[in-house]
Amino acid sequence: MSLIFTKSKNGRRGSTIPKCDVPKCSAIPDKMRRSTSAELPEVSELDAVRHFSLLSLKNIGVDTNFYPLGSCTMKYNPKFHEQVAALPGFSALHPLLPQLRNGGALTQGALEVLYESEQILNDLLGFSRTTMQPLAGAHGELTGVMLIAAYHKDRQDNERKIMLIPDAAHGTNPASAAIAGFKPREVATNAEGDVDIENLKQQLGPEVAGIMLTCPNTLGLFDRNVAEICELVHQAGGLCYCDGANLNAIIGRIRPGDLGFDVMHVNLHKTFATPHGGGGPGSGPVGVAECLVPYLPISEVVKRDDGTYTLDYSFQKSIGYIAPFYGNFAIILRAYAYMLSQGRDGFKRISENAVLSANYIRVKLAPFFDQIYDRNCMHECIFAGTRQSAKGVNTLDMAKALIDRGIHPPTIYFPLIVPEALMIEPTETESKETIDEFIQAMIEIAELVETDPEAITSCPKTTPVRRLDETQAARNPVLAEL
Amino acid sequence: MPYIANTDEDRQLMLETIGCADFDEMWRKSDIHFPDCNLLEIAEGKSEFEVVKYLHELAGKNAVDLVSFLGAGYYDHLIPAAVDAVTSRSEFYTAYTPYQPEASQGTLQTIYEYQSMICRLTGMPISNASMYDGGTALFEAMMMSCRVTRRRQVVISEAVSPIFRTMIESYSSNLDVELIVVPAGIDDSNQQELIKAVSKDTACVVVQYPNAFGTIEAWQDFNQQVHTHKALSVCSCYPIALSLLTPPGEMDFDIVTGEGQSMGIPLNFGGPYLGFMAVTKKHVRKMPGRICGKTVDLDGKEGYVLTLQAREQHIRRAGAMSNICSNENLCALSALVYLTCLGKQGLIEVAELCASKAVFARNELLKIAGVEAVGGEAFFNEFIIKLPGDASEIVGRMIDKGFAPGFPLGRYYPDRKDQLLVAVTEKRTREEIKALANALEALL
Amino acid sequence: MKYFTEEHEWIQIDGNEAIMGITEHAANELGDITYVELPEEGNELIVGDQLGVVESVKAASDIYSPLGGTVVAVNEALEDNPELINESAEAKGWICKLTDFDESELNDLMKSSGYEKYLKSL
Repeated sequence: MSLIFTKSKNGRRGSTIPKCDVPKCSAIPDKMRRSTSAELPEVSELDAVRHFSLLSLKNIGVDTNFYPLGSCTMKYNPKFHEQVAALPGFSALHPLLPQLRNGGALTQGALEVLYESEQILNDLLGFSRTTMQPLAGAHGELTGVMLIAAYHKDRQDNERKIMLIPDAAHGTNPASAAIAGFKPREVATNAEGDVDIENLKQQLGPEVAGIMLTCPNTLGLFDRNVAEICELVHQAGGLCYCDGANLNAIIGRIRPGDLGFDVMHVNLHKTFATPHGGGGPGSGPVGVAECLVPYLPISEVVKRDDGTYTLDYSFQKSIGYIAPFYGNFAIILRAYAYMLSQGRDGFKRISENAVLSANYIRVKLAPFFDQIYDRNCMHECIFAGTRQSAKGVNTLDMAKALIDRGIHPPTIYFPLIVPEALMIEPTETESKETIDEFIQAMIEIAELVETDPEAITSCPKTTPVRRLDETQAARNPVLAEL
Repeated sequence: MPYIANTDEDRQLMLETIGCADFDEMWRKSDIHFPDCNLLEIAEGKSEFEVVKYLHELAGKNAVDLVSFLGAGYYDHLIPAAVDAVTSRSEFYTAYTPYQPEASQGTLQTIYEYQSMICRLTGMPISNASMYDGGTALFEAMMMSCRVTRRRQVVISEAVSPIFRTMIESYSSNLDVELIVVPAGIDDSNQQELIKAVSKDTACVVVQYPNAFGTIEAWQDFNQQVHTHKALSVCSCYPIALSLLTPPGEMDFDIVTGEGQSMGIPLNFGGPYLGFMAVTKKHVRKMPGRICGKTVDLDGKEGYVLTLQAREQHIRRAGAMSNICSNENLCALSALVYLTCLGKQGLIEVAELCASKAVFARNELLKIAGVEAVGGEAFFNEFIIKLPGDASEIVGRMIDKGFAPGFPLGRYYPDRKDQLLVAVTEKRTREEIKALANALEALL
Repeated sequence: MKYFTEEHEWIQIDGNEAIMGITEHAANELGDITYVELPEEGNELIVGDQLGVVESVKAASDIYSPLGGTVVAVNEALEDNPELINESAEAKGWICKLTDFDESELNDLMKSSGYEKYLKSL
């Protein structure tokens, strides 16, 4: 489809603007005025709305298609969340208002949202406190490891520069650890998909600051030794970070704080049903055990004895400001609405149904695809497309064949330690019928690999474009229409 | 059961398929041997109607009819309804990062168009797909400068948003980076002092345009001097102002960032917002963040993909340009639709309205006995005034009268306790401005 | 004389110059090369200094100098045609030339037969 710029015509307008009710003038020096106008398009409102509406039809989302993208928890986003997030009492609120004298009284509703959603997260995760500030999952990771750094620094335990990270981890873990000043070091995974305890023991020592563990792990498995790992790391003087990317598998059933973790981020855009937005905005609150409370970011919302809320800036040992204000408030608000509607009993039903659906897929597809770890999974199941790649059809081809069948592909080629990986996460919101259709599509693809591999390798055929030349895009980058 | 489709019968069938009698057995087989956690502190679930009613009540406890002149980097601009109409299309908001380009051409083309608009506004040739906010974008620009120059010293003006500076200080605390903050002038960045701090060890100089006091400064000559030290120059800017001002790209900045909230994104009590970043061609491969590029498909048809991914964490892990793995996509879409609907003329008109009303407001305020000018030779829509007393205390009394008259600078600048930073957008009317001046006069 | 490293770099000694690049094996492993970051002429290196980066669509590989010395030439053709490394990794796809290197450092490197054996052991 042609770019919006090609639809531009001199003099066409797409918005109305108030008349000027004061004398026209400005305090901009002439020499600082731009000599030519920024070439923004000139289109009517209809032109704009139609252009973007047509573009939206070139996308698939959770609302239009099954989207079992592993590790991303693409569950349904309830519509009333959008409605409450748009209330002007929230959306028009300036973040500096509670920082002004007497301004706090005018933001009590918003502060209550922040305070109460923190309380629910504390209870759900088993932590003392939770900061709502981190703006995304990776940002939460960074905040979490910064807290660990502050803890060791405060104890003048300055040799702890190594952060242990399993080889199956997301790439963000080592990247976040590096920005917090740590040197990441890999821990091996054993043949059963758990952390190799012997390998871990060898690496523990006075230079280890902690471990970043995804729980359940990135193979979709619950590490059988998780409590022992936390204990070993603690004994060696380190702290345990839980990457909460896979929280949907255990929410309401067990609490990471009870397992021995000291700090954890959760992705509100995964477990708490806020929209993924085509890649953001997300929100990544971080829960901490008592030992890390003194280092939490500034500011914090506290409840006074009279039931009113205020901002507290008095944390001497704080890691400081990691967001401009209190987090991605409008995302937290949606998640709060979700928490309220789930309530005490709802959370466990989420994990029960998510784990059931993933195991159902695992059992049904096991005859057709290779499994590296033959054990029950958590909320996502992983296959290796090795049987198919031996026939000349790789995982990428199968992903494209799913698109032609109206299904967003699973996560592919992750974790790196699984060859030709396919990581399938159905989530609890999808019905058995949808899941059965997916299973049928996967079986059909597996059969075509045997009988007519070209039918798979030539996919996709039904999409607005066919496979794109990524090498060309990276060699001669064309990144903007100037 | 909210948002769970399967019936008890479905579940029983599925449990049988996986060889489990009940959920307890399922958990055991998945290696969960811990007892159920106790969530008694959490209330029972509520219906949609009840939650909406309660949140309406909470929304009502927040200021909605306050007349606001608060800015400090976050502005109350008009947002055409079309912005919300487009971003509410669930094909956009319920999708994820466009990992599968054939199924995500909608998202990808909008990113490409967004990148193009940011380039046109800033006068830079390359933009990424967006970042969390203006502060994180500025930190990323600083780290990018360190990578490019292989130096570790950052010179930053005190006239850069204090909110951004506090964030940068936090992020830098564990890194081998030296931050040098150069005191501002009365309302400017004190370029003479700033350039003195630059040496062969400097990775970059960080400034703001217009600066944190609202002042517009020329940077061409300054940047030339910066470049003689082979350091980079980094600028954080206010995008609405750029429709009128000489774009940073024409003043030889190497990296341009900013907070994009003013482009169609509600104030939202602090987020989500939009960080933008644009760079010169030379440094594109050191730029953090997602980038969308144009290419062709097997049939030679044009299409879009995420590109230059060799920079990113899923490939480079600890050696990545940044740990960020998403952009602020829906907010970037808001900015794109905003810039499209306002268009070339509309954005200029909005900016002219802001500029006119700011001059009017400043004149009205300066008429009040005891209110004095502080600098104010060159500004866009925000300026500082000196009040006869503690600005924070006066603001508190004005809030009780229904006005947020601006941001008292003493909170971040201890020697400016009597100064107030006032922002005026196109939404403020002549009557509101007059009322502000009258209320302030009555109070002083 | 041609030498190899375990990081899949090759070094060809030509008089007082050492020409360096990545091996065919490395190029095949990376796939279609999309970008090469070259060192700057005049740079003085010691063993292990980062020399440049080779990127493909799905991978990035840092190149570390196997020799100390001064960079006297870089293969500027790679700036526009990184695919030269895929087409001819050990000839047209050379990355840079060094002088002032210490010949004794060559003793730590593999010769052709040694590298072949090393590849088989992987």
